Amino acid sequence: MGEGRKDIEDRYKALKNKVQEELEKEKGDGIPTIRVTMSTCARAAGAEETQKVIEDTVASLDVTARVIPVGCLGHCYAEPLIIVEHPQTGFPPICYHSVNAGKARLIVQSYIKDADPAFEYVMGAMEDNELIPPVTTFPRFGFEERIVMAHCGRINPWDIREYIALGGYSALVKALTLEPEVIIDEVERSGLRGRGGAGFPAGRKWRLGRTQKADRKVVICNADEGDPGAYMDRTIIESNPHQLLEGIAICAYAVGADTAIIYVRAEYPLAVKTIGHAIKEAETYGFLGNNILGSDFSLSVRIFQGSGAFVCGEETALIQSIEGRRGMPQHRPPYPVERGVWGRPTIVNNVKTLSYVPSIINQGADWFRSIGTEKSPGTAIFSIVGNVKHPGLVEIAMGTTLRTLIFDICGGIANKKAFKAVQIGGPSGGCLSDAFLDTPIDFDSLTQAGAMMGSGGMVVMDEDSCMVDVARYFLDFTQKESCGKCTFCRIGTKHLLDILDRITKGEGQEEDLTILENLARDIKQGSLCGLGKTAPNPVITSLRYFFDEYVAHVREKRCPALKCRSLTAYYIDLDKCARGCEACVGSCPVEAIFTTKGRKKAIDQSKCVKCGECMTACPKEYDAVRKVSPPSLAPIIERPHEEKVKEGA
Amino acid sequence: MVKITVDDRELEVEEHLTVLEACIQNGIFIPNLCFLKTRHHPHASCRLCFVSIEGYDRPVTSCTERVRDGMVVKTNTPEVRALQKSAFKLLMSLHPCHPKICPTEKPCLLMRIAKHIGVGLNPKPLEHIDRGLPDLVDFGPLYYVPNRCVLCAKCIHTCRTINQMPLLTFAKRGIMTMVAYFDGEQNTSICANCNACVDVCPVAALLPKSAFTSSVESRKA
Repeated sequence: MGEGRKDIEDRYKALKNKVQEELEKEKGDGIPTIRVTMSTCARAAGAEETQKVIEDTVASLDVTARVIPVGCLGHCYAEPLIIVEHPQTGFPPICYHSVNAGKARLIVQSYIKDADPAFEYVMGAMEDNELIPPVTTFPRFGFEERIVMAHCGRINPWDIREYIALGGYSALVKALTLEPEVIIDEVERSGLRGRGGAGFPAGRKWRLGRTQKADRKVVICNADEGDPGAYMDRTIIESNPHQLLEGIAICAYAVGADTAIIYVRAEYPLAVKTIGHAIKEAETYGFLGNNILGSDFSLSVRIFQGSGAFVCGEETALIQSIEGRRGMPQHRPPYPVERGVWGRPTIVNNVKTLSYVPSIINQGADWFRSIGTEKSPGTAIFSIVGNVKHPGLVEIAMGTTLRTLIFDICGGIANKKAFKAVQIGGPSGGCLSDAFLDTPIDFDSLTQAGAMMGSGGMVVMDEDSCMVDVARYFLDFTQKESCGKCTFCRIGTKHLLDILDRITKGEGQEEDLTILENLARDIKQGSLCGLGKTAPNPVITSLRYFFDEYVAHVREKRCPALKCRSLTAYYIDLDKCARGCEACVGSCPVEAIFTTKGRKKAIDQSKCVKCGECMTACPKEYDAVRKVSPPSLAPIIERPHEEKVKEGA
Repeated sequence: MVKITVDDRELEVEEHLTVLEACIQNGIFIPNLCFLKTRHHPHASCRLCFVSIEGYDRPVTSCTERVRDGMVVKTNTPEVRALQKSAFKLLMSLHPCHPKICPTEKPCLLMRIAKHIGVGLNPKPLEHIDRGLPDLVDFGPLYYVPNRCVLCAKCIHTCRTINQMPLLTFAKRGIMTMVAYFDGEQNTSICANCNACVDVCPVAALLPKSAFTSSVESRKA
């Protein structure tokens, strides 16, 4: 090993030097660089137009600047973001947020051409300096601790050289000089737990894989992210694909696999394209393929596109799907690590799990253990959506409380509303009430609370959310996505959904609550796979923490959050309504609003479809439209006789 | 051979067996719909064959547990029965029981299970779910009755084993999941002379067209 080891290291050093020289040369003598976030979220916010405008403006102003696409910084609320480096001005790299076409033109004109950084649009500086407040002073940046996402949104995912220049693939080089057992020891000692949801220790899985006697083994990277509102894996692939490839290569070397498959959803076209390009680049540079970096380790990496079934995130169903069968979970054992895809031992790891590996190999297990909690070391990556001010992707140390995450990092609840609940772990997770805000985020605490870490989707809900309706929404999802194999999941979730449907329509009976509780418990106990076992979690936790809302729906036919359409009504407060104002009349799509004898407005409850347009249309000074639950609270005002005649004519 | 105890009865059984197989061999009935001897890997989909095994904190499906020496199994604890009843009621909420027109030999497997676990053939307190499926689906030489089907997949497995190619498969998702047929001339000719799926179906959800027309006519008459 001694000779080979030096060879590999020398080869890598030479490559890194060459790459760094190339990049220096391209940078030239102080040519400005404009980095535009071009991940899916940024494109949705209009990044493609921004990029085009920047390029056009640079050309028309006859200045030189390099425009480079980057991934996602995690600040989805402020997309499209651009980071401008203009070394000649003496300013640090500056980040601008919400850069639409107009802003882009102005920034290029004033900063690139006239060296004036257009301070009114600046979000912050990307480095500490004395001129512009750095972004790290914002809570959204400052509280975060980034391992996997350290380079996300900062480097070009389409150029392997940027990753190498930052020391990328050095962990693979180091790994190749070590015995596989040493790597597994390190990963095991780091306490890295699978980030796909279950939290199984990655090191133990690898060791099981290593000890399997087989000629050929397979590593599968699970990027079949299907939870509503979760997009961590997509963003990581789109922002730093090489870190993932490096992790895959290290894992394959450690367990002795010669094939790796990245199972990514076909609904993520940009991620598929990005990782495909990255694989080609890595092969060209000798980090993948035959005899990696001159060693005797070879690895071929392929992409498999999943066709959009949520259940295919379950590892046995995922394997069935790769083999060309219908994606249905199988009973375990045998576990995939014993007999997986094509009968070979298969190690299935999530995108995030594998993306941690390079840092662990480079910086050691002790460093990794120093972050996070004793039983859940490292960081947690959450995609936070819903009613928070600053939604997006956040990477925080394990053990951070939900309160810090929601109120400090994400800026609290939007629109001055009150916090009501947070759904963690997607449709398989649970709804936690404000009593759990001080719960530390780690695998065990969340499971104890009845939620779960899941893959890291988090939906924050404000006071206007009806928890029965939320449970119904998630059950609707799991029910549709059930593969139909086992009785409990196929039929049980449908019954849960039907009952919840009835309750939200005001047709719930007292005994429905008992049936819900018992059925949910049985489905959890009796189902075959993880999808079924966790599907009733939204019902179980919402029943446990928001029981009074269920009771209000069933007994009083009232929706406390004024959400359920059948249980609410709109009426117009005659004391506030202004004579002569017709704003609501024009907004009503079903002509339910009429003029009363006092020349004010009222709603015909038999016609109203409860869309709420009148409430939006009513001028703020009047604020006359009221929403109530139960609907019987709305005063019934008769339509004046003459209007009826008019209608008839 | 290993020794296991099932409901206080000592049994001596072969080691490679599952608990379910061992019990069936010894004449102990455990409710099941999807178990097939020829399956190497248990399908484990009907979720009826629960038993409680000493050392486990909750009931497990007996088709997926292999026997071990000294294993103590109980087939009728309250927890086991609760899960079995729950699963059975779920199945019955899709399966309309019309004994008079049902061509199964009485008592059918579902009746036997109902009697064994002590429940009726109705889904109460659950409501019957109407999926809006057709009464009959044309499967070449066969008819498929989706509302009767319990999706045990015995037909799919048997068909594949016998014909070495898939003629039947699952289709759709969730509550709408059903068995589907790969239509084609070649398949029709294989299918017409086989009937293995019809024989293996526990609930008469697959019927040869010939038998079906005669039964309909006899009912009319």
